[in-house]
Amino acid sequence: MPKALKRFLLPAVILALGLAGLYVTTLVYAMGEALLAAVMLATLACFVWIYTTQKAYAYRYLFPGIGAALIFVVFPMLYTIRIGFTNYSSKNLLNFKRATQYLLEETYRADGSTFNSEVIPDGGRWRIRLEDADTGAAFLTGPVPLEQTEPAEQAAVTLPAVPTKEPVPDGVMTLREIIERQDALKNLVVVLPSGVHVRMTGLHELAPQRLQYTRNADGSLTNNQDQSVLRPDFKTGFYETADGEQVQPGFQVDIGWRNYTQIFTDASLREPFGHIFVWTVIFSALSVLFCTSLGMVLAVLLNWDSLRFKGAYRLLLFLPYAIPSFISILVFKGLFNQNTGEINLVLHGLFGLSPTWFSDPFLARSMLLIVNTWLGFPYMMVVCMGLIKAIPNDLYEASAVAGAGPITNFFKITVPLIIRPLTPLLIASFAFNFNNLVLVNLLTGGLPDYLNTSVPAGTTDLLATYTYRIAFQDSGQKFGLAAAISTVVFLMVAAIALIQIRATKISQQDKG
Amino acid sequence: MAIVIDKSQRWRIFAAHAFLIFLCALVTFPLLMVVSISLRPGNFAGGSLVPKTISLEHWRFALGLPVTTVDGRVIQPDLPVLHWLWNSVKVATLSAIVAVLLSTTAAYAFARLKFARKKAALTGLMLMQMFPTVLALVAIHSIFSRIGHAFPAIGVNSHWALVLAYSGGIALHIWIIKGFYESIPPEIEEAATVDGATPWQAFWRVLLPMALPILMVVFLLAFIGAVNEYPVASVLLHSQDRLTMAVGAKQFLYAQHYLWGDFAAAAILSGLPVSVVFILAQRWMISGLTSGANKG
Repeated sequence: MPKALKRFLLPAVILALGLAGLYVTTLVYAMGEALLAAVMLATLACFVWIYTTQKAYAYRYLFPGIGAALIFVVFPMLYTIRIGFTNYSSKNLLNFKRATQYLLEETYRADGSTFNSEVIPDGGRWRIRLEDADTGAAFLTGPVPLEQTEPAEQAAVTLPAVPTKEPVPDGVMTLREIIERQDALKNLVVVLPSGVHVRMTGLHELAPQRLQYTRNADGSLTNNQDQSVLRPDFKTGFYETADGEQVQPGFQVDIGWRNYTQIFTDASLREPFGHIFVWTVIFSALSVLFCTSLGMVLAVLLNWDSLRFKGAYRLLLFLPYAIPSFISILVFKGLFNQNTGEINLVLHGLFGLSPTWFSDPFLARSMLLIVNTWLGFPYMMVVCMGLIKAIPNDLYEASAVAGAGPITNFFKITVPLIIRPLTPLLIASFAFNFNNLVLVNLLTGGLPDYLNTSVPAGTTDLLATYTYRIAFQDSGQKFGLAAAISTVVFLMVAAIALIQIRATKISQQDKG
Repeated sequence: MAIVIDKSQRWRIFAAHAFLIFLCALVTFPLLMVVSISLRPGNFAGGSLVPKTISLEHWRFALGLPVTTVDGRVIQPDLPVLHWLWNSVKVATLSAIVAVLLSTTAAYAFARLKFARKKAALTGLMLMQMFPTVLALVAIHSIFSRIGHAFPAIGVNSHWALVLAYSGGIALHIWIIKGFYESIPPEIEEAATVDGATPWQAFWRVLLPMALPILMVVFLLAFIGAVNEYPVASVLLHSQDRLTMAVGAKQFLYAQHYLWGDFAAAAILSGLPVSVVFILAQRWMISGLTSGANKG
């Protein structure tokens, strides 16, 4: 029995999971998230195929890990490229369907009398009493539960009202309770005997409200207030009036290469982009140079047999690598503070200097390099120590016989022998610093900024932080533009990766 | 050593020590300074490395206890340091578990099983590693806000979103575990297979118990990686009570709300455990990679 059970248990579980997944996918599709549903469907199909086919046995082990990598690493990269061709931004945030829905839910206050209202308890439920502000005629609705619901999730509740002669009873809902149940109250549509629909317009007031727009058969919207017609423009991503006035919210549309032409032709964007690119390259190259030279010299010293306390030095010098970088970077931000920072206190005490680290572009850039060297040299030191250990000792013995000094040894033996295996790591380090968002974002935030740019661009910004600021810190949140710049950076990183693969191959050939 | 010791040797050793001590001072200066600052009263006070008066107000702030100022006012700390730390630990633990689960099985397939396009898959993993997530932040944000429309529990501003976003970054872990599996002779599992074990049993009952040390190393690496991760977390988390330490810490140093002393205490509180674990794991990693496996 257990054997038979085992044989059917796995397929049964897979089938159940598959069906459950299919159900959820349908729900997601019904919510208008077609892309998400498609990804889920593809994942689901792979899942069922892999875990039911004997031929795909090896993939059963790979599927979870590789699937996660494909969905959360590879897919976002491809999706970035895709977003680069759209106008996705805070103004064009929603998709067309949702933007249309948003407009169709807009209301305006229509003509007609307003009603003063009280909410009257009725055995755990509530009735609304309305009194015409002009004529004094009173109406009472049936009881309704006013549960606190998630805002916006609830559809409107229609509630008929009948005329009443009774005065306002005691124990009506207090202002505070009304505010607490505001969301539920706002969802009520009270229908008066005359057929007028009224909704909550104030805490103690209901008034006729009408939907602002009606959709026409051709997809245009008629404004019920002034009978003007809005048409969706799929080039700009907005509903527009006849004279071209755009109505918020906009929606996402494809705009082709416009983001790219903007980067390379719009002067207010092209100039900072060029400056930032140059600085990114300089920053990465200098970071690698400083970290590697310092790390290499230290590695040589710490491999020197005659030197004592090597273990203690090694541990202390390794510290910057062990400390979480978000902490050490912020520590430096405080230490470099122009007014109260300890570094300026020391400099002022010793030399009478107080450099403006954060407002002078050159000093800010120097500060970034100083901090990055502090953060990065231990890694290079550890790597170089390993490589130097592998150099055969008789080389140094021979050079000592020939009377060479330590400096000759360093430049003629050590460096030439470790530079080959080191090259792939140097390139990787270059690529890392090319996108060193954490350092710049936490230390300077890209500041000080260039003047006269259409989107904020800083003198210490790297390409990665530049796109980050465009997408997440600038009020315009130009995701499309940021994604286009990211795509350009992708190409640069791909080029660096190609060089790295070649270098790795060469250094491996040396070994073999 | 066969190198002849000449007169200048002593001077060289002296110079090397001087240089190393100078560098060690440069490296430790910021760290000692932070300890000193965390014990000084006030957020703006300058002073010597050894504080003249010791005050625990910053530590009280970091631990969420009310602070009494000089003029007698009682201030409740407005930055939930312990809560952020707890969020960090929670996200990091979950992502580390996910990372170990996903990478240990994938590494088994790469190390032991035969399948089509294995080499291409390995190269693909390596390539993937080269493209930093920083460049895909816009897409990651957009994807999770879309997921959030359908499932708010795993959308933007949820910790599960972070765990999911981190779950893809396992290429390095797969490499480490794969290297370890390959150091274990396949005969051990073959013997189990001869005795009637399925490949899954051979993996689960035989190979995995031997790989425990390396799994611990990967767990710690993934844990530390998730605690230290800033870009994705800063994009996905918004509300104050959801932030991780990496995202929250910068709020101490806003120009208009500058809490230098409080930051120092919070930095030590959150940074010290991670650093110690890292230094320990670093040694352990080397021993975990070289020992543990039977070599014959």
